[in-house]
Amino acid sequence: MISRMCNGVPPRTMALLGALLAAFLAAPWVANDYLLTVLIFILYLAYTGQAWNIMMGFAGQFSLGHAIYVGLGAYVAALLFTRFGIGPWIGLLAAIAVAAACGAIIGFLAFRFNVAGVYFAILTIAFAEFARLGFDHLDVVNASAGLFLPVAQYAHNDLWRLRGDPTMFYYVILAATVAAFILCRMLLHSRMGYFWLAIREDEQAARAAGIDTFRYKMYAVMISAAVTSFGGVFYAFFYNNLFPEQVFNISNSVEIILGPVIGGIGTLFGPILGAFVLTGLAESLNSVLAAFGLDLPGAKQVFYGVCLLLVVVALPEGVWPPLARRFGLKRGVQ
Amino acid sequence: MTALLSLNAVSKRFRGLVALDRVSFEVPEGAIYAVIGPNGAGKTTLFNVIAGVLAPDDGAITFAGEPIAGSTADAVCRRGIARTFQLVRPFAALSVEDNVIVGALLRRRDVAAARRRAQELLQRVELFDKRHQLASALTAPDRKRLELARALATEPRLLLLDETMAGLRPTETDRMVAFLKDINRDSGLTILLIEHVMRAVMALAMRVLVLDHGTAIAEGTPAAIAHDPAVVQSYLGAEPA
Repeated sequence: MISRMCNGVPPRTMALLGALLAAFLAAPWVANDYLLTVLIFILYLAYTGQAWNIMMGFAGQFSLGHAIYVGLGAYVAALLFTRFGIGPWIGLLAAIAVAAACGAIIGFLAFRFNVAGVYFAILTIAFAEFARLGFDHLDVVNASAGLFLPVAQYAHNDLWRLRGDPTMFYYVILAATVAAFILCRMLLHSRMGYFWLAIREDEQAARAAGIDTFRYKMYAVMISAAVTSFGGVFYAFFYNNLFPEQVFNISNSVEIILGPVIGGIGTLFGPILGAFVLTGLAESLNSVLAAFGLDLPGAKQVFYGVCLLLVVVALPEGVWPPLARRFGLKRGVQ
Repeated sequence: MTALLSLNAVSKRFRGLVALDRVSFEVPEGAIYAVIGPNGAGKTTLFNVIAGVLAPDDGAITFAGEPIAGSTADAVCRRGIARTFQLVRPFAALSVEDNVIVGALLRRRDVAAARRRAQELLQRVELFDKRHQLASALTAPDRKRLELARALATEPRLLLLDETMAGLRPTETDRMVAFLKDINRDSGLTILLIEHVMRAVMALAMRVLVLDHGTAIAEGTPAAIAHDPAVVQSYLGAEPA
């Protein structure tokens, strides 16, 4: 199994992966609380970026409303926990089911009625906005007043109930990011992965090659939604509070896609690298501004915009593909 | 020989325009069959109706004894009809090999088996050495052969070729003709082609259908067609007296 996973990966890429994993595993021993929180946020974006990449990068379906799957995952797990005392891992199963069902509804409407490209993206925004407004008036989740989880006592870590200190959350999201990476690699090299790439490249030609494009686009949306929903469960249990205005906000959807866009859409490393570059630089900027005693609300958003512009103009494929070519980290052209 | 594909009074209208007007013909199993006609005669519409891209307004299409009119393009392909496009449509950002693997995966679940089949086909169309290049990096003649390999990878019983020779130099045309004759002879693959290059039609086709303004005006052997007065008048052009 492991040897099959590594099949065809250049040795220096394996070495790099090993070194990276070791660095991540060791990070909590050297990082202070602030840095650990930043790392958790980076890994959260790397995780959700990978989930979004399944839909856009592999199957070519542009979602601008992935906050809906984060929000649904977060609310389902948080509600089960606060109302019924059901732990987050059982809650995750419910979250996956709800998010995948929501993805299936959006996908069915779009693909059945040939809503594609930009119009598909607008449809996904519309659904996320419906969810935001709907949850804002939904009493069972405390509507706009917000849903709060009992705050953890840091005395001991309870992995089963996801109550504990930031180090535990760090390892949880690190494991999830690694798992998502392995899942994405398996999907990309599978029969379905090839069909997705064909659909992304030319849907009519894909159909002429016998691919049931409706079915495989539905799989892409549902898998992407299901994977994203764990990001929501993590969000709920890490931050301990949920407001529809925040979790379903379009800025959340945009933040999810920035990592893959900057790192390289459709690549395996792009979403992870992009999350690091973007958040790393944004946090550095914050520190610099703080050091000069400047308080500029919105500086982060402006900075995101500048990064995006630079990448679109200078590196339209994203940061990862040119790096991979330069250092021989990829085999062949894919 | 029994008919693999038969069309019975197939019509297709676009608003007022009649693109196909009660077209009927039969392609025998194992044949190479050509459709010729001037631009706008309805040849590509005919292909799109057979391949499931368009549904006919009237008439019946039977493939291997079963009606297929109105099926979707992917369902038609799964039944065993593969096609190439007049303007080639390779998966541009994928490698040459991956393009063909996509086709080969239709009848296989295992990616490694599909890769082996793709490599065999790439050998046959002489693209094996370019298999790791991006499809977008290929020259126009290479793209045509790639598209042919991708269509063959789906293991069709009937291959629809939409102007595969267009834009090829005479030597390349001869290579393509030889290749198509080979696969027809070796595997018994039935081929239906739209072609403007008469040199290829005469060399390949056992029978020819001539379309003009959506109507079948003649059908027969290439030699008979070349001397049919109606065909000479509408398409081939009369020799100056």
